[in-house]
Amino acid sequence: MSFYGLVDGSDASLRKYLQALPAVDQVGADARAGMLATRSIKTTSKRWAIDTAISMVDLTTLEGADSPGKVAALCSKAVRPDPTDSSVPSVGAVCVYNDMVAIARAHLDSIGGSHVGLAAVSTAFPSGRASMGVKLQDTRDALDAGASEIDMVIDRGAFLSGDLIGVFNEIVAIRDLCGTRAHLKVIFETGELVTYDNVRKASFLAMAAGADFIKTSTGKIAPAATAPVVLIMLEAVRDFYQMSQRRIGVKPAGGIRNTKDAIKQLVLVNETAGPEWLTPSLFRIGASALLNDLLMQRMKLDDGYYASPQYVTID
Amino acid sequence: MAERIDVKKTYKLFINGAFPRSESGRTYEIKNAKGLFIANPCLASRKDLKDAVVAARLAQPGWSMSTAYNKGQILYRLAEMLEARRTQFVEEIFMTTGVSRVKAEKEVNDSVDRLVWYAGWSDKLASLSGSLNPVAGPYYNFTVPESMGVIAAIAAEMPSLLGLIDTIAPIIVGGNTVVVLASTQSPLCAMSFAEVIATSDVPAGVINILTGKKDEIAPWMASHMDVDGMDISGLGKKSHGGLRIAGAENLKRIYSFQSGGPERILAFLEHKSVWHPIGL
Amino acid sequence: MSFNYAPAPESRGNLSIKPRYGHFIGGKFVAGSKHFPTINPATEEVLSQIALAGKADVDAAVQAARKAYTSTWSKMSGKERGKYLFRIARLLQERSREFAVLETLDNGKPIRESRDVDVPLAAAHFFYHAGWADKLEFAGLGTSTKPYGVAGQIIPWNFPLLMLAWKIAPALAAGNTVVLKPAESTSLTALLFGELCQQAQLPAGVVNIITGDGSTGAHIVNHPGIDKIAFTGSTEVGKIIARAVAPTSKSVTLELGGKAANIIFEDAAIDEAIEGIVNGIFFNQGHVCCAGSRLILQENIADEVLFKLKDRMAKIRVGDPMDKNTDLGAINSKEQLLKIGELTASGDAQGAQRWSAPCELPTKGFWFAPTIFTGVTDSHRIAREEIFGPVLSVLTFRTPQEAIDKANNTPFGLSAGVWSQKGSRILWASQGLRAGVIWANTFNKFDPTSPFGGYKESGWGREGGRHGLSAYLKGIGHG
Repeated sequence: MSFYGLVDGSDASLRKYLQALPAVDQVGADARAGMLATRSIKTTSKRWAIDTAISMVDLTTLEGADSPGKVAALCSKAVRPDPTDSSVPSVGAVCVYNDMVAIARAHLDSIGGSHVGLAAVSTAFPSGRASMGVKLQDTRDALDAGASEIDMVIDRGAFLSGDLIGVFNEIVAIRDLCGTRAHLKVIFETGELVTYDNVRKASFLAMAAGADFIKTSTGKIAPAATAPVVLIMLEAVRDFYQMSQRRIGVKPAGGIRNTKDAIKQLVLVNETAGPEWLTPSLFRIGASALLNDLLMQRMKLDDGYYASPQYVTID
Repeated sequence: MAERIDVKKTYKLFINGAFPRSESGRTYEIKNAKGLFIANPCLASRKDLKDAVVAARLAQPGWSMSTAYNKGQILYRLAEMLEARRTQFVEEIFMTTGVSRVKAEKEVNDSVDRLVWYAGWSDKLASLSGSLNPVAGPYYNFTVPESMGVIAAIAAEMPSLLGLIDTIAPIIVGGNTVVVLASTQSPLCAMSFAEVIATSDVPAGVINILTGKKDEIAPWMASHMDVDGMDISGLGKKSHGGLRIAGAENLKRIYSFQSGGPERILAFLEHKSVWHPIGL
Repeated sequence: MSFNYAPAPESRGNLSIKPRYGHFIGGKFVAGSKHFPTINPATEEVLSQIALAGKADVDAAVQAARKAYTSTWSKMSGKERGKYLFRIARLLQERSREFAVLETLDNGKPIRESRDVDVPLAAAHFFYHAGWADKLEFAGLGTSTKPYGVAGQIIPWNFPLLMLAWKIAPALAAGNTVVLKPAESTSLTALLFGELCQQAQLPAGVVNIITGDGSTGAHIVNHPGIDKIAFTGSTEVGKIIARAVAPTSKSVTLELGGKAANIIFEDAAIDEAIEGIVNGIFFNQGHVCCAGSRLILQENIADEVLFKLKDRMAKIRVGDPMDKNTDLGAINSKEQLLKIGELTASGDAQGAQRWSAPCELPTKGFWFAPTIFTGVTDSHRIAREEIFGPVLSVLTFRTPQEAIDKANNTPFGLSAGVWSQKGSRILWASQGLRAGVIWANTFNKFDPTSPFGGYKESGWGREGGRHGLSAYLKGIGHG
C-alpha cells in the first residue's frame, strides 16, 4: 500500500508524519466545542437533523447477554425504527459482537434489510489485548459471517508506550484482511488516550494506515464521545482530505443518549468538517438508547405535543 | 611662598554616560549667597534634551531587562560612591546654597541613605504591586509591574542633592531611564553626582542629567513624543496645567509628588496582565 | 438537503421599551427637554426617544451626586455599601435575559454574546467589587485612603452595560457617587440599570444616569463639581479630555483605543489559534478596543493559516443579532459603517488584498462582512489606525524579535496575543510586548479580578482587580 504517499511504512516516516501535526490546546478546543453546543436547532432544521441522525445511528448491542433473539429484534428495529411510520429512515448499521454476525446477517436479509450495514466489533474488542493471530482470526470470522463493516480497536497499550508503528501495522493488517469486503472503522478508546494531542495523533495514524472511519470509543470506558474529542477528530478528517483528497468518516460512540446530544454532534460536523460529511457514509453515531429518543422527538414535531416512551418499541 | 592656585572643575552635562558641553555652547553663571562667582554650568538646549532622550530610549530595554538584583546592586553602588565623596558634596551644597555645613552634611547623609532605601525596593516591587488573579475559568492570570519607558523629570530646586536623588532613584529602580533637569541655582552637586553615576556601573543612558532653565526645558520635555512620563515635582503649580496639556499629545503620564515614598516608584510603572490557559 | 439552521430568534416578550426616556437623577426619572431617537442598528427601527442632557441637566445630576455623597454614601460603612453592590449583582443576574435582549436590540451585537458575555460579566463585576467595599484599607493604598467624591463617567457604545459595570462598580465600592453618561447610540441598558438601582433601593443620587451626545460629555468633563473623570472611548477624545482637565485637580482614568497584534508562531496549536484569531477580531463585530486587529503570522505557516482562517470565516453566521445562532451582528451605527468603509477603501488603494467571507448581508440596517486584508505592510493605514470593525490586517514575520518589533510598532499598547506551544517563548514574548493585557494561547478574555488597561496612548490606569479599584481611591494620582 502507498499510504497516500504520506508514510512509507517505516517507523521513521510514521514518526516524522505524526510529529509534524500541530498541538491541540485543550482549553481552546473545549471552548470551541462549548460554543458550538449553544447552537439552537429548531423547527424544520430540527426535523431534518432528527431524520439525518436516525440514518446515521449504528444501532448497537454489545452485551455479554446478547442472544439470537435480542440481535434479531435489534435488526428489525434497525430496518424499520418506527413500525407505525414508514417515513422514518432505516439506521446506518447494526453493530454486534462477531459471534452474532451470522444471526444478524440472516435476519437482516430475511426482512429486506440488506441496505442496512452490519458492523462487527473486532480485534479482541473492547480491550484489544490478544495476540495478532487471534485478532486476525476474530476479524476473519466476522467477515466470513457476512459483516460489511469492521469496528476494530487499537492497542492502546502499544500507543501509550510509544509503539506507534505497532499500532499502525495492526491497522494495516486488518485493512488488508477487509479488502473490498468491508469498511474499516478504527476505535481509539479516547478515554484511555486521555489527551487531545493523542486523539489527533491516533486519528492521523489510523487514516494513513487505511481506516475508512475513525471512531472514538468502545462504549465501555468513560469519558467516551465528548464534544471536544469529536471536534478534534472532525478537524483531522477535514485536514486529511486536504492532504489526501480522500474523505474519512467519523463515528462518535458512547454517551450520546438523546436528541439534543445527537443534534450537537451534527452541528459539530456541519461547522468543522463541513456539510459534505453530513451523510451516513461519512458520519455515524454509535448508540442504543438514542434511537428511541430521536423517535419520540420526531413524534413531538409531527404531533405538536410531547411523546411517551410507551409509543416506541423497547428493542 | 606663592599661594597655590585651585584647579577648578568645568561643569558639563551628563548624556549617555559621557560629559558633553551643551551643543548650544551656552552657559550661565551661578553665584554663591554672597554674590561671588562659583561656576558657569551648561545652559542645556532643547537639542541637548533631544540627545538625552535618544540615549535614554536606547538604554531603556537593556536596563529594564536587567535583573532586579542587578538594579538593586547598582543603586546600592551609587550609595557607596556617594558616601566615599561626602566631603565634596557637603562643600558644594554649602558653597551654592549658603546653608550651614551641618545642614549640608545632613542632606548628603540623607541622600546616601535614600539611595540605600530605594536600592532595596528593586526586588520587592513585583510582589507588592503585582498580583495573581483568580479569574473564573481555566486560565492562569497574573499582573506584573513593568517599566514605563523614558521618564523626563524636573528635580526640586532645593534641596538640590536630595531632591535629585528623590527624583532619579524611584524612576530608575523600576527599570525606567531618566532625563532629569537639575536644580538651576544649585546644579553643582548634580553634576558631581554624574561622576558618581559614571563610576557606579550604571549603564550609559540610564541616567542623563541636564543643567539649565526649567521654563525653557520643561515644555520640550512635556511635548516630546518619545517621553513616556514626566515628574514635574520640581516646578511651581502654575506651570503644571500647561505642561499637562502639552503632554496630552502622547498621553504622557505626568505626576507631581509632595514627598518621597513608594508612590514615586509605582507612578512610573505600567501593569501588565497575562493570561494563559491551563490544560492537558 | 443541507443543514440550514432555521431562524431561532430570542423572544422580545418580557421586555418593555418606553417610547421616550428622561434622565435618572437623584433616584428618579426626570423628563428631558430635547430628545433624539435611538435605533436598532440591525433594522433601523426606532426603539425609543432618548433625552439630550444640557448643562442644566448635568448640573442637576452632579448636585444629586454631591448631595448623596455628602449626606449618605460617604457616611455609610463599607459593609453596608457592599451589600447594595451585592444586591445589584443579584438583580442583574435575575434580570439577565431582559438586559441581554435590550442590549442586542440597541447595540446590534449577537444575543449569544450579550447573553453569554456582556450581562454575566457585568454582574460579576458588581459581585467582585461589592466585596471590596469593606476592605479598602487592604487595597495597598494605606489605611487612610479616601474616595474622590463625585465621579463623572463616560462610556462607549461597544459594551454598553458591561462598561457601565466596569465604571460604576469600583466607583461605588470605593465610596464615590457617580454621574454616568452612556453613549449616544446605546443608552437603553443604562436606563434600565437606573430602574434596577430603584429595585435595589440604592440611596437616591448615588448613581445618576444622564443621556446625550458629545456635548453632554463635555459638560461632565468640564464640570467643576466633579472630582474624578473616567472615560472609555477613542484615543482622540481621550486626548481632548486629558487637555480639558489638565489645569484642574480632577483625577482621570482613560481606557482608549488599540491596534492589537495577534502573533502566531509556527509551533502554535493552529486550530485553536484560528479560533483565537476569529474571536480576536470578529467578537462583537470587531467593536472592541482590544481587538486583535493585526494578525502577525510567521511567514512559513502563513499560507496554511490563511487557508484555514478563510475556511473558518466562511462559517461565521452573519445576520439577525436576535437569532441565537448568529455569530456576527450589525455594525452599531451608520457613522461607524462609513468609517469602516473609508478605512478598508484605503486598504484597497494602498495595495492590500481584500477577502471577505461569502455571506448574505441583510438589506436593512448596517452590516459589514468579516474581512481580511493580506499583503499589508506596516505603513498601510489599515495596519496603524483602529478600524473598530470586523476587519483583520495580516502581516508576516521571519524571526521572533521581528514579530515583537512589529507588534510594538504602534503608539497604542492595550493588548496583544501570542500563540506558541513553547512555554519559554510565550513568557519571552509576553515580556517583550508593550501592552497592558497579553493573551497567550487565548484572546479576548475578561474577568473582574484581572486588571485591564493600556500602555502608551491606550490610556491611563487600569480597570479590574486591586489596580482598578485604586483608580477610585486617593493615593497615587492618575495624571
